Amino acid sequence: MTATREIPGTTLFDGTQARKGYALNKMCYSFNAAPNREAFKADEEGYCSKFGLNDAQRQAIRERNVLKLIAAGGNVYYLAKFAGIFGLDVQDLGAQQTGMTKDQFKAKLLAAGRN
Amino acid sequence: MATLVGGITTSHVPAIGRAIARDLQGDPYFKPFFDGFPPVHAWLDRVKPDVAVVLYNDHGLNFFLDKMPTFAVGAASEYRNADEGWGIPVVPPFRGELDLSWHLIESLIGEDFDLTTCQEMLVDHAFTLPMALLWPGRAAWPVTTVPVCINTVQFPLPSARRCWQLGQAIGRAIQSWNTDKRVVVVGTGGLSHQLDGERAGFINKDFDLKFMDSLVDDPTWATRYSITDLVELTGTQGVELLMWLATRGTLSAAVRKVHANYHIPISNTAAGLMVLENAL
Repeated sequence: MTATREIPGTTLFDGTQARKGYALNKMCYSFNAAPNREAFKADEEGYCSKFGLNDAQRQAIRERNVLKLIAAGGNVYYLAKFAGIFGLDVQDLGAQQTGMTKDQFKAKLLAAGRN
Repeated sequence: MATLVGGITTSHVPAIGRAIARDLQGDPYFKPFFDGFPPVHAWLDRVKPDVAVVLYNDHGLNFFLDKMPTFAVGAASEYRNADEGWGIPVVPPFRGELDLSWHLIESLIGEDFDLTTCQEMLVDHAFTLPMALLWPGRAAWPVTTVPVCINTVQFPLPSARRCWQLGQAIGRAIQSWNTDKRVVVVGTGGLSHQLDGERAGFINKDFDLKFMDSLVDDPTWATRYSITDLVELTGTQGVELLMWLATRGTLSAAVRKVHANYHIPISNTAAGLMVLENAL
C-alpha cells in the first residue's frame, strides 16, 4: 500500500488526522443544528471550550484559516459546516487555501473545462 | 425475480441544490449541467423503476467520526433529509423499501461483506440531490429507496476493487429478490475535484473521460488504482468515483451506454452523468 505517499497540497484524513482533529471536527459537526450555530456566534471562545479544542485549533478558528484548521486535524466536510456559519461556500474555501480571490479561483475552474 | 433496469451515476454537488432552489437550471453557468438530464428523464419514463438503490457517501449528516462504517445499508421505512449547516432546502422524506433492505443485508453479509445496518438514517445531499435531479418537481418521490453509504470521509477508505465487488454483490442481490418490482441503481459523487488544501480546485478531465469510457467496455480498469493513486489522479473528493464503480458493478459484463454528459465546472467539481443498462 502507498498510504504514506505525499501528494503536494493534500492532507489525507487518516487515523493520525482523525485523532488530532476529533474535538475540532466534533464541534464543526455540531453546526448541523441551527441553535448550535447561534450558540457559537454568541460566544465563540466558550463554545470552543465546551468541545475542548486545543490552542492551535482555537487560533485557527479565530482566524477562519482553512489550511490551519486542516493542519490542526480538521476534515473539510465538517469545516464546511463551520464556513456555512459565515455564508462561505467551498469556492470561498478554495480561494482562501490557494491564495486567490474567489473570482480568480472560479476562473481557474472554468479554465480546467476548456483544456 | 426483480428486474434491474440499469444504473445512473451523477455528481451531487451542493451548488446543484442551490441552483434548484433558485430555479437557475437555465442560467448559463448551470445549463450545460441540467441539460444533461432530460434524456435521463425520458429513459426513466420508459424503464419505470419502482425502487432506487442509492449508493452514496455521507458528508457528516448521519455519520460522525464517533462511528464511521465502511459500508452501511439503510433498513428504515422512511429516510429524512436534514440541515447540513450550509443552507440548502431540506427535501421531503423518502419511503424505504424494507424487504429489499433486508434482502440486501442478508445477501451481502452472506457474501462476506461486513455491513453496518441502520434502522434510522438521515440522508444528506449526496442522496437527495441526485433524486431531485432524476425526479424533479415532484410533490412525492415516485420510487421507494434503499440507501447504501460508502465511507469516503475517514481513511483508510474501501479500495476501488472492494467497491467494485460490493457493487457486483448488490447486483446479484437485486436479481435474486423475489418480487416483480423494477429496480434502478443510482451512484452519486465525483467526478474529479478537491475541496481541501493548497491543491483545492484540482480537476483532471483526461482521467474523468477515460474513467467514464472504461465503465462501458473495461469496467474494472479503475480497480488497478489504490485509493492514494485515485486521490492523486482525481482529487481528495474525486475518490467519490467509488460509487460510480460500485454502480457499474451491479450491472452485467456487457452494458449499453444510454446517455452521458460531462461538464466543468459546477462549483469546484467536474460534473458527470451516465446511464447504463444491461446489454443482454
